[in-house]
Amino acid sequence: MPTVSVKRDLLFRALGRTYTDEEFDELCFEFGLELDEITSEKEIISKEQGNEKAHGASDVVLYKIDVPANRYDLLCLEGLVRGLQVFKERIKTPMYKRVMPKGEVQKLIITEETAKIRPYAVAAVLRNIKFTKDRYDSFIELQEKLHQNICRKRALVAIGTHDLDTLSGPFTYTAKKPSDIKFKPLNKSKEYTACELMNIYKTDNQLKHYLHIIENKPLYPVIYDSNGVVLSMPPIINGNHSKITVNTKNVFIECTGTDFTKAKIVLDVIVTMFSEYCENQFTVEAAEVVFPNGKLHTFPELAYRKEMVRADLINKKVGIRETPENLAKLLTRMCLKSEVIGDGNQIEVEIPPTRADIIHACDIIEDAAIAYGYNNIQMTLPKTYTIANQFPLNKLTELLRQDMAAAGFTEALTFALCSQEDIADKLGMDISATKAVHISNPKTAEFQVARTTLLPGLLKTLAANRKMPLPLKLFEISDIVIKDSSRDVGARNYRHLCAVYYNKNPGFEIIHGLLDRIMQLLDVPPGEKKGGYAIKASEETDLKKCHC
Amino acid sequence: MADGPVAEVLLRRLEAADGGLDSAELATELGVEHQSVVGAVKSLQALGQIIETELRSTKRWELTTEGEEIAQEGSHEARVFRSIPPEGLPQSELMRLPSGKVGFSKAMSNKWIRVDKSAADGPRVFRVVDSVEDEVQRRLQLVRGGQAEKLGEKERSELRKRKLLTEVGSWRDRPFKPYNFSAHGVLPDSGHLHPLLKVRSQFRQIFLEMGFTEMPTDNYIESSFWNFDALFQPQQHPARDQHDTFFLRDPAQAQQLPMDYVHRVKRTHSQGGYGSQGYKYNWKLDEARKNLLRTHTTAASARALYRLAQKKPFTPAKYFSIDRVFRNETLDATHLAEFHQIEGVVADHGLTLGHLMGVLREFFTKLGITQLRFKPAYNPYTEPSMEIFSYHQGLKKWVEVGNSGIFRPEMLLPMGLPENVSVIAWGLSLERPTMIKYGINNIRELVGHKVNLQMVYDSPLCRLDAERGPPSTQEAA
Repeated sequence: MPTVSVKRDLLFRALGRTYTDEEFDELCFEFGLELDEITSEKEIISKEQGNEKAHGASDVVLYKIDVPANRYDLLCLEGLVRGLQVFKERIKTPMYKRVMPKGEVQKLIITEETAKIRPYAVAAVLRNIKFTKDRYDSFIELQEKLHQNICRKRALVAIGTHDLDTLSGPFTYTAKKPSDIKFKPLNKSKEYTACELMNIYKTDNQLKHYLHIIENKPLYPVIYDSNGVVLSMPPIINGNHSKITVNTKNVFIECTGTDFTKAKIVLDVIVTMFSEYCENQFTVEAAEVVFPNGKLHTFPELAYRKEMVRADLINKKVGIRETPENLAKLLTRMCLKSEVIGDGNQIEVEIPPTRADIIHACDIIEDAAIAYGYNNIQMTLPKTYTIANQFPLNKLTELLRQDMAAAGFTEALTFALCSQEDIADKLGMDISATKAVHISNPKTAEFQVARTTLLPGLLKTLAANRKMPLPLKLFEISDIVIKDSSRDVGARNYRHLCAVYYNKNPGFEIIHGLLDRIMQLLDVPPGEKKGGYAIKASEETDLKKCHC
Repeated sequence: MADGPVAEVLLRRLEAADGGLDSAELATELGVEHQSVVGAVKSLQALGQIIETELRSTKRWELTTEGEEIAQEGSHEARVFRSIPPEGLPQSELMRLPSGKVGFSKAMSNKWIRVDKSAADGPRVFRVVDSVEDEVQRRLQLVRGGQAEKLGEKERSELRKRKLLTEVGSWRDRPFKPYNFSAHGVLPDSGHLHPLLKVRSQFRQIFLEMGFTEMPTDNYIESSFWNFDALFQPQQHPARDQHDTFFLRDPAQAQQLPMDYVHRVKRTHSQGGYGSQGYKYNWKLDEARKNLLRTHTTAASARALYRLAQKKPFTPAKYFSIDRVFRNETLDATHLAEFHQIEGVVADHGLTLGHLMGVLREFFTKLGITQLRFKPAYNPYTEPSMEIFSYHQGLKKWVEVGNSGIFRPEMLLPMGLPENVSVIAWGLSLERPTMIKYGINNIRELVGHKVNLQMVYDSPLCRLDAERGPPSTQEAA
């Protein structure tokens, strides 16, 4: 869940009133947000780096607010305020408009070289925007939040924002050999080739995480203006030339990526949030993107969609009885402008470009329920009549556990994942003979395989409890995993029972006796000839174990 | 130690003595209770090879009041004998004598006297012998003289039976050492169930009480298809990242998938359908085939619901499961790479959010949690979604206790479930409530081989609905 950090006083000023921490926490809860932490820059620095470093840092109160992962429109102060003000019916949700410029429209031409690496690009212009320090910081922070979330750490989409007045269009989005790309990147004073940059950024704590996206590609994506100035080398870094500042008036925004839908959503979110500060509020200047096939698209899409939902469906799914008019009002409070039409039971809902999360009627129903207030919904019990059944394997396990404890053995609970060594080498077996499933991306050796026997876990439990008085008698009934090509996934679980007896003297008769007891409990007679059980020496390993 | 000084004296004396010491003699000598000498001996014994001991019993005998009288006056039978004149005595008169009744039968069995029943004035008693040896008196006099050991065991016990003799120090007369109720008893040898699994049993019980059927979850290995795609979780979702999920190298791919259903899922993701816009991306079968260690038991719920959808006509169902799930996460004091998930599912016609909340209220009431409230939330496969919060008396704030919602139509309809069937579901972890219940801060002490077995031994029963409040905070309030 993304966390947005906003200055409390700035937030309250924008909301037009102040709240106590408890009141604001309550408002967040109702709306589906979570006031996660109340802190300050000073406090954060002192917590992370110590009190000394925090000296002189700002002690302006910060609210850290958890935002649902699908609500990209709430990832900045502007969006949060807008959402809450509409929810509290203090403002109406704005209409976002795309306008064509009076003069020439900005053009971004995509060349076909990008096809194999990062084929999509969209663009737009925020004209006559007025930044302040706080607005500027929020603008940068929103891009970062989008990068971390919907953009999947820039893998799907990367955003570049530029001072349009330093550039001259049309722009070209192409891909070149790294050695052929040379420019002065953001906040550096000299030019580097792309190869050099990739090396430099290996030690950059922020940028090193994005290098892998293009690192091994023969061509790197790059955007030029008509004078050959590099705007950006997505998804790594922008050029320093077009860097935006607090004084920037006109912002050119480009989003490149591998997921066209997400690129369009990201662009819509940025422009809807920050067009608030444009001379013509909530209007966005269009840009044209020419695709390699020659087709011309105009962005941002800022598409409004109409959905029809029946009032009784909302009532039925939520478990309330509201009039269609009231339901329309509830939805309008969630930035979904709605009105009753047709037979008086139909509600027409307008989905704004900020609400990419609304993809089905159930999303609309949820918003109606949120506005109604989850905690105002009458609780009822479903009349569903059913007879309960236990899963037979678990039923037996529960019975057997009780009797294992009654036999004086203590239950252990060990990990299902372990190292190859645990199930093979340490038991004197070859790993290939274990038929174990192997994990492809373990962070440590503890998670290389799923266990094929419970024994290592019990032995490790003994080892960790050597200070305990002897004897130690342990058991575990749990699942192990073995490859099995007859199963859809190529592996299956087996339920095993394993027990160990640990003392100064061997006491094999004790573990043997336990086995006899288990067989007694399971009603299996001794003696192979009678169809019962017998124990034999195992050749697999020189450790004694009992399987059931 | 209370008997420290006695033990010390004891050791000193032992060092000096030849051939050991008698504890009783030592007690008299030191002027302490015999028990404190015994206590000192016991605690020295407990230290190991320090002293050798040998159990000796000595007995002392003394006369009862009656025995005292007999030693003085002679036995009842002798007194009877002596009171009979040569001409005999009527039996009725004899019986009126103080020693008459007891003395008569003894004297008869000693054949000292006889009864003539044919006498004119009723039965008459005569002497048979001229004189008698009063053996009983002699023996009692021996005892009185401190020479009880001269008597045989049989003779002594005969006298004891006649209540003429008692053993000094017999338990009847001795003061008992008082029970020490503040000391710990000796715990019985026993096996113990693991606390987390005790809690699991209780959760199972609660679901069964509520009429929920247990789903099979004995498949740790799952395909991405059932774990994610079937749940309408898009293929670029962060949960499907290498950083969050354990993928398998071998077997890397699920070979069998229900292809008809797979195509419906693919269409719903990439183009929409069933009233949905879809996610509008290029859905890849290879991605769906990738095997992994299931990241939630909802994968098992998806399989169960798919099976339910194949049964015609639709029958309502209530399902639950409690089993392990796996996350390739950063580990800390409360997070492990594997943990247990508890999940409840109800499928029926016309279920509402109000129904979900009603079921949750009943479920949590059984856990002893009555103050609930619900917060809007986002889950990829439920809409509406609600996080469940309960008021924590100790922390004095609302804490999240579970997550819930109504499964998205984009998940249910491709399975083939009827359109008017809703499925409500909720989930929580097993570890968190267990750690709270048993006051465990580090999850490694609870789960895995580093478990503290003493904690397992000592953990009380799991009675979720009979929870005591946290005492410290109640006092503070």
